[in-house]
Amino acid sequence: MDLDFNAEENAFRDEVRAFLKAHLPSEISTRIGRGDDSQIAQDIPRWQSILHQHGWGAPAWPKAFGGTGWSTTQQYIFETECALADAPIQLPFGLKMVAPVMMRYGNAEQQARFLPRILSGEDWWCQGYSEPGSGSDLASLKTRAVRDGEEYVVNGQKVWNTLGQYADWIFCLVRTDAGAKAQQGISFLLIDMKSPGVKVQPTRLLDGTHEVNEIWFDNVRVPVANRIGEENDGWTYAKFLLGHERTNIAGIGGSKRELKRLKEMAAARQLDGKPLLEDTMIAARIAQVEIDLTALEITNLRVIFDAEQKKAPGPQASMLKIRGTEIRQRIAELQVDVLGADALAFDGHGDSDDVPRAMADYLNLRKLSIYGGSNEIQRNIIAQMILRLRG
Amino acid sequence: MDFSFNDEQQMLLETTRRLIAKDYTFAHRMKIREGAGGWSRDTWSQLADLGLLALTIPEDDGGIGAGAIGAMLVSNVVGEGLLLEPFHASAIVATQAIVQLASAQQRERWLPALAGGETIAVLAHDDAGKGLGVEATPDGDGWTLSGHKPAVYHADIADLLLVSARIKGSDEVALFALPADTQGITRHGYRTVDDQRAAHLELKNVSAGADTRLGGDATTGLQLVIDFGLAALCAEAVGALDRILAATIDYSRSRNQFGVPIGSFQALQHRMADMLMYTEQARSMSYLATSRCTDADANVRRAALSAAKVSIGQAARFVGQQAVQIHGGMGMTDELDVSHYFKRLTAFELRGGTTDAHLRGLARGLVGK
Repeated sequence: MDLDFNAEENAFRDEVRAFLKAHLPSEISTRIGRGDDSQIAQDIPRWQSILHQHGWGAPAWPKAFGGTGWSTTQQYIFETECALADAPIQLPFGLKMVAPVMMRYGNAEQQARFLPRILSGEDWWCQGYSEPGSGSDLASLKTRAVRDGEEYVVNGQKVWNTLGQYADWIFCLVRTDAGAKAQQGISFLLIDMKSPGVKVQPTRLLDGTHEVNEIWFDNVRVPVANRIGEENDGWTYAKFLLGHERTNIAGIGGSKRELKRLKEMAAARQLDGKPLLEDTMIAARIAQVEIDLTALEITNLRVIFDAEQKKAPGPQASMLKIRGTEIRQRIAELQVDVLGADALAFDGHGDSDDVPRAMADYLNLRKLSIYGGSNEIQRNIIAQMILRLRG
Repeated sequence: MDFSFNDEQQMLLETTRRLIAKDYTFAHRMKIREGAGGWSRDTWSQLADLGLLALTIPEDDGGIGAGAIGAMLVSNVVGEGLLLEPFHASAIVATQAIVQLASAQQRERWLPALAGGETIAVLAHDDAGKGLGVEATPDGDGWTLSGHKPAVYHADIADLLLVSARIKGSDEVALFALPADTQGITRHGYRTVDDQRAAHLELKNVSAGADTRLGGDATTGLQLVIDFGLAALCAEAVGALDRILAATIDYSRSRNQFGVPIGSFQALQHRMADMLMYTEQARSMSYLATSRCTDADANVRRAALSAAKVSIGQAARFVGQQAVQIHGGMGMTDELDVSHYFKRLTAFELRGGTTDAHLRGLARGLVGK
């Protein structure tokens, strides 16, 4: 047993750090560090393109598809270092969601057509899963696709679509057999966002941002060639995505970065003539979240090690998702508590960059325990795995 | 990064598990608890026969030299089996004190007897920040010791007491190895909440010859011993957590109410999911404690061990309490093992510095970091 990275892993980390230092544009990292999302429509593809030019466009893809072929450990190191350096995210919808499905279940033509453009950042993908009546109970979705010759005609509404206002393509779960049971009769379609009949409507969130959308499909015609795999087998492909991601689901890098920021904020602010960081109550809460983050980091490394050993995934992915999001939310909460009433200023008139950012983060990050399978659903998954009461 | 254990370590774990599964069933443990002394000499001999009492003795001293990882794995099983014998006190902590501090002659005198199980030793050193409690006054070639040592696990059944003392008029800390029947030592023994033994030691003008002192200033050496011992205690707690969680999952699958297993109720399912998460975080922190407890840098050791003690202590409380809750009335009985794991975990929280004490240390350490 050895908790520390070995010489090879450390050398890789140093290589990633050196790359970030040399190639991550400072105007982008400054914006990301400030929580300024105003330029992400340019920043995200630009960063993807820089990574792609370096051969690092797809950390999790096999080499055959133009990926890095990195081990799970290397992917973890890369993503953690990127977060610590305030790099923009790599959009997960193409790289981590639809691409693995295409590689596993798509045909050669689909792979050749879509994968290179995901890799280069030319195509922006978004996800069409949730609907007004179908959240946690996704299989109850109603958007329907009716076959008409070599096309499907799609009608319906998707919600909670992230950043679809910039998207070129959307991957959708649609109902192709209304008579079948919930999980059957669903197909997995790739839809061009420029198709006639696609309408994107912003959903304004509690922090004032335009991050998610409603997408309406009104007699949208989609070539049958844009269906992944078999008709009515879409649920299988959707499930393949769930629990697929084990490396960065806990978001260790982001939480470390924000914990550091939290400590700096608490050291810079005063209570009764002393730094707030010396206040017993605040210091104990910060120490507690730091302990919990350490425990999660080691747990994450254990899970990665198991993945490298090809051990079948147990409830770990759910555990990492729950703990990772809870900890990230607690850090955001603490940042607001450290600012106190100063955090009320919400339109950029605070006394430092921290002020609008901390409250906006706190509000926005409530989403973490809701999306990607709510933390309650994740607890159901864990319970089913450990209790084995069904089947 | 590597979370696997080598073949020797695997074998150590499996051998110890086999012994406990075969010869230390819960029913057998109940008999031991009710018997004379509340612990088993036979079990102690079995542990000696397997070499487990020589586990952390270096190979140069004739031991197994299994180090911190070996200590962790065997301690896991000690926690799983809720051993009443003084494994942690004697085979881990006191043995390490002699390994760290004693002269060649003293090692030769004590280590074989400890490894063979003929001698049981305990370390009487209060590390909870209340001071040492015993003062040593120079007296000819040796010293005269007076004072108190509260709550020393297994001191009332020990043959050898390793007593720390401050040398009068200095900051120096000395460690003395005194036979338990030394004149002037009184042991007020009692049963602890987790059915182990402990004693309050009273020393009145105890004469300690020059050859009883282990090494010179023991401050640094004792800190290493305490940290090594705390890591092993954390591992014991993880073993107990594993078992109490498994018992709770089993119970909720087989206990029916309203015509269905109580494990089918979501209120309990989510509780058990949380119990699993606490237990896995605890295991991760036990790995951290084990990995850092022999680090040369005392700050690295302390930071890791305090974080582990807080994390595992909180897991002990949550998982222990919820296990009793989910077992309902049965969780309240002496008859089921659950209440015994719960009490062992409760004792863990209070030993080696409480959760609050360690959290306070870490909170104060934030400044200037």
